[in-house]
Amino acid sequence: MSRTSPKTTTVAAAAVPARSVRSRRKLLTRTIAPHTALILVGCLFLFPIVWLFLTAVKTPEEIFAVPPSLLPEHWRWSNYADAVSAIPFGRYMGNTLLLCAINIAGQLLSAPLVAYSISKIPWSGRGLVFSLIVGTMILPGQVQLIPVYIIFSKLGWVGTFLPLTIGSFFGAPFYIFLLRQFMLGLPTELIEAAKIDGASELRIYARIMLPLLQPPLMTIALFTFVASYTDFMGPLIYLNDASKWTITVGLQGFLQDHGAQWEQLMAASALVTLPMIVLYFFGQKYFMKSGSALTGLK
Amino acid sequence: MSTRTLDRPVKQSTPRQRKRRIFWTGAAFASPWIIGFLAFTVYPFFGSLYYSFTSYDLFSAPKWIGLANYRAILSDPSFYKALSNTFYMAFIAMPIGLVASLLVALLLNLKVRGITFYRTLYYVPAVIPIVASAILWTWLLNPDYGLVNIVLRSVGLNDPAWLLDPNYTKPSLIMMGLWGSGAGALIFLAALQGIPQQYYEAASIDGAAWYRRIWHITLPGLSPILLFQFLMGLIGAMQIFTESFILGGGANSGTMGGPDQSLFFYAIYLYQNAFIYLKMGYASALAWILFVIVVLLTLVVLKTSARWVYYGGD
Repeated sequence: MSRTSPKTTTVAAAAVPARSVRSRRKLLTRTIAPHTALILVGCLFLFPIVWLFLTAVKTPEEIFAVPPSLLPEHWRWSNYADAVSAIPFGRYMGNTLLLCAINIAGQLLSAPLVAYSISKIPWSGRGLVFSLIVGTMILPGQVQLIPVYIIFSKLGWVGTFLPLTIGSFFGAPFYIFLLRQFMLGLPTELIEAAKIDGASELRIYARIMLPLLQPPLMTIALFTFVASYTDFMGPLIYLNDASKWTITVGLQGFLQDHGAQWEQLMAASALVTLPMIVLYFFGQKYFMKSGSALTGLK
Repeated sequence: MSTRTLDRPVKQSTPRQRKRRIFWTGAAFASPWIIGFLAFTVYPFFGSLYYSFTSYDLFSAPKWIGLANYRAILSDPSFYKALSNTFYMAFIAMPIGLVASLLVALLLNLKVRGITFYRTLYYVPAVIPIVASAILWTWLLNPDYGLVNIVLRSVGLNDPAWLLDPNYTKPSLIMMGLWGSGAGALIFLAALQGIPQQYYEAASIDGAAWYRRIWHITLPGLSPILLFQFLMGLIGAMQIFTESFILGGGANSGTMGGPDQSLFFYAIYLYQNAFIYLKMGYASALAWILFVIVVLLTLVVLKTSARWVYYGGD
């Protein structure tokens, strides 16, 4: 494609221009053009969210107006109250937060233990365990879905929160992987010194390792929160009793029953979205780290 | 257990004893994952293989029927419909999303003031729960009152019915995917920042144009993470479920799979058989076919990747 473009022309073009032209062009290419592009694309990303929150406070007449107005004439906050009272919103939110809390506890208890084992204890099985952990990250979850459902159904757990929480206490492969990468970067001197002093592995883990793991554990807690909060298929399959529904399944039910009431649907969706956005802005540095953690995967 | 926790250093233990003790300590620390792996990965893996040869409705005992499920699947038109829709998502929608994430990452890698602010904002759509974003996009893509068509009409373009027109449902999903591309972009961005700056400086001194720098420095530098994202994207696309379930109106209506079954994906097909018809054996066979397809695709990608993935020599 671009292979034939002669190199010489670009060199010549860059070498000649006069001073003022160059600095003006520099301002254009280094500042104005990038910001324009960034703002335009940024609008594409953000405007749908703005529209969600604006539509949530409009009247049905305003919603169906063509062309629509950007801002509502009267901010109808009652849409929120209507949406919240149309479904047991508080109960759904309570169920969801409970699931989030249990899952966070489970991952924080289990994942660092396993990561410690495969990064700091020189036992002979750790290579195998590590390769299996990476291998299961690739396995499509739907292969396990049905037998796991059958197990839970035989145990009489379908319809309870157990199928949606128990798995967290065994450590998610991705979190174990993240923690292992982090631990490999920690110096071993402290551990060696503690060993010479006769401390047991459990004590070294609890007293020395865990305090050092605070940043990645925060990341894991946040990720687990997001995963449990946004999970849809799990609650859909396991929670058949509407009083146990989570917020995502409840929102889908609301859509099915009130499909035409867009102002309430938007208000409900906005309410479901808001905690995620707030959480994101408070924990953004941890979200941003996910990318750099993954680049360790080579 | 043989893992005695010791408060004093042991003096007389032989190397073999020491080794054994270390082994059991390691295994004990790893035991949560090992137990979970056996119960929720190994057992289900073989369990589903067994169920795939049976007829089982959860209430009566599974009945061995040999290859009958697999034969029935191969002669079921729904299987081919689900497969072709899913392949569309895996081989058309996913690569488009990947390229978009890469472009967004290049944009977010510009060295301008306030760039972290842009990075923060671009990620926001990715944290919105799929259920909420599906509802939002149903409204944005409403043929008459949706913002997208209002904008398209105002600039004189034609206004498709998007989620109501079988030819436009999958492009609608692509659009929703592009909206969430900030998440993938952030992963690419981290990789971009790992590319040594000297390479670019050297190239500039040699007079290489920007597109040549992208082609010869950026893309090779990104290739390991590109491979990872491609594989994960492929596996994810093969299992796409929630968007279609919401847009298709849930489980109870006859509209599952969207207009003219255009959003009838493999996971929807599997869900339908397992949890609506309670055909657990049939659905297990479907799961195994999916597994074999994913493994084959993964192997093909990994085999060919040796040709285009460049692992830096540091």
